[in-house]
Amino acid sequence: MSEIQIPTVADLAAKGEKPEVLFWVGCAGSYDDRYKSVTKAFVKILNKVGVKFAVLGPEETCTGDPARRAGNEFLFQMQAMSNIQVLNGYEIKKIVTACPHCFNTLKNEYPELGGNYDVIHHSQFLQELINDGKVELKGGGEFKGRKITYHDSCFLGRANNVYSAPRAVLEALDAELVEMKRCKTKGLCCGAGGAQMFKDAEPGNKEVNVERTEEALETKADTIAVACPFCMTMMSDGVKNKEKESSVKVKDLAELIAESEGLD
Amino acid sequence: MEYIPQIVFVLVAGFFGFLIFRRIRRISSNIKLGKDVNLTDNKSERLKNMILVAFGQKKMFKRPIPAFLHLLIYVGFILINIEVLEIVIDGIFGTHRIAAPILGSLYTGMINFFEFLAVGVLFSCIVFLIRRNILRINRFKKIEMVGWPSLDANLILIIEILLMVAILGMNGADQILQTRGANHYTETGSFFFSSAMFGWLDQFETSTLILIERAAWWFHIVGIFAFALYVTYSKHLHIFMAFPNTYYSRLDPKGKMTNMEEITNEVKMMLGMPVEGDSSPPPEGMRFGAKDVNDLTWKNLMDAYACTECGRCTSECPANLTGKKLSPRKIMMDTRDRLEDVGKNGLDDGKSLLGDYITKEEINACTNCNACVEACPVNINPLDIILQTRRYVAMEESAAPESWNMMFQNVETNFAPWKFGVQDRFNWSNELKEGK
Ligand code: SF4
Ligand code: SF4
Repeated sequence: MSEIQIPTVADLAAKGEKPEVLFWVGCAGSYDDRYKSVTKAFVKILNKVGVKFAVLGPEETCTGDPARRAGNEFLFQMQAMSNIQVLNGYEIKKIVTACPHCFNTLKNEYPELGGNYDVIHHSQFLQELINDGKVELKGGGEFKGRKITYHDSCFLGRANNVYSAPRAVLEALDAELVEMKRCKTKGLCCGAGGAQMFKDAEPGNKEVNVERTEEALETKADTIAVACPFCMTMMSDGVKNKEKESSVKVKDLAELIAESEGLD
Repeated sequence: MEYIPQIVFVLVAGFFGFLIFRRIRRISSNIKLGKDVNLTDNKSERLKNMILVAFGQKKMFKRPIPAFLHLLIYVGFILINIEVLEIVIDGIFGTHRIAAPILGSLYTGMINFFEFLAVGVLFSCIVFLIRRNILRINRFKKIEMVGWPSLDANLILIIEILLMVAILGMNGADQILQTRGANHYTETGSFFFSSAMFGWLDQFETSTLILIERAAWWFHIVGIFAFALYVTYSKHLHIFMAFPNTYYSRLDPKGKMTNMEEITNEVKMMLGMPVEGDSSPPPEGMRFGAKDVNDLTWKNLMDAYACTECGRCTSECPANLTGKKLSPRKIMMDTRDRLEDVGKNGLDDGKSLLGDYITKEEINACTNCNACVEACPVNINPLDIILQTRRYVAMEESAAPESWNMMFQNVETNFAPWKFGVQDRFNWSNELKEGK
């Protein structure tokens, strides 16, 4: 493969060009060691299919979602407004992101503050690529006969009714998709939403991620597929807590696709 | 002398009518304590929601068994009330079964159908009592249900059972009196279910039977008046509130938080952006977020009155499932209790919704997962109240949990919720290029 391209919007602008789609990486995708590999896998896929994309790079900042959910509306609006200035400055029309929280905020909450974009989640983007035949998965590949379960992200599922795209992506892998007892509209949260990611849980008798991981393990799947950086952290911690990390992997959809494409 | 029952009837009806009217006025003025929101857009979609969710009970059917039992009671109550119309007319004019000679065999058919429904209601109420008190389904025995809420639920079921027994008893006695040719007892044809009581009722003398029939008649109608009044104090108010509540429920994606427009201009000025329209800062004394019921919207308050205390929300709440104090049902019950207290004692009684009813520990436990919103059969949104109280804590009291304050600081200084340097944000690109 030729050298991987990661153009920033500023690079393109200098050449008088604009990206077809902006890849919004998000803070977890930029800083979190585990989720950085999702960012990388997704960029490899973007490179392979030849989509004209770009990232904001150093110009990207937090969407403000965690601040807003924790009650700090001022800080949220500050973040939102300055992001919108940047995005509108570059005349961005379409955004794809691998973070359901960024997705929800950009799609539903930025319009009222002046940011109107066509925002999709990377699961929807991947599904489109598969449907258009741009990503051809070799059926009978390494996923054949393996069991995968999908953990719904609340901000993708209930918050935005995206249930089928991630499942369609997994089905394309030719793996056996097994559902947990609580799934889709009834899916159980990983425990990290609403800014819980950034503080300890309140007193209780169990951690939410452990409850959810137990349910995932009951399916006997060897892979827990996730589509959100916080779910990734929570489910990975849950699997560790149950001492199952050698037999059960927690993977993002983009990683699974990249793997089956031989891009890793 | 012969007009006395009619006079008593009109007085009783007027008495309850007055009390119910007063109560409706109180409830509506309580709801109007909330802040204004405009929810009049998109009428056709709203109407569709109301028809599907309230009238069609769509969301109930996520749990088929209680949904079916509940449907029996619901249909029974709506249809049997047609008969109440006749009872009221009879009561005022001193007639007896005024519709029977007019409708003829149709009348027999209708009453038979109502009796069938009454038996359905009886059956459901008994099963519900068993579920609540013997099977002790988990969601009915949570801490917020201790005391009055559980008693309320049981009372409603028992009253409904008594009302249904009264109808059947009244019809049974009536039929025997007809065969005995007692005065006033118009020919109605036979009723299937109540005729099952013949064997037992036939032993009584005609005068005793008349007493039984009259007592059942009065018990039934006064019971219904009293029940209608009781409902306004009870979780049972959902039988009315479900309709406006689903009509006005939000149409936005569940993930969207309401924007606080009132601070947008200030933020724009801080960022040196042009401000359109009114650029004056928010008025002094305006509160950010919600501390008390009058800081919430009228829709939040209507939600509180529509809550059936069924606990579907709480039974799906990840925080509650793992032993945290948060229960979305309790959020709604607290809001309603506070609203009732404010209606009686005013807002300045030294108490507030946040602090005296809902605690910070509860609102801090919420993961914003929307499971409660999804689960609620009458489209109540407990999360919206939680988020508004969080805003009060963070912006007015600066008393968010310490780790959240750190997160705020990180976002302000590093533009990320963690303590990572801005200059490292794009490091992943070099790592990727180097094949890491
Ligand atoms: S949104 Fe909050 S209150 Fe509602 S179910 Fe989820 S954690 Fe519980
Ligand atoms: S909020 Fe809805 S789901 Fe929760 S107890 Fe009330 S009616 Fe039931």
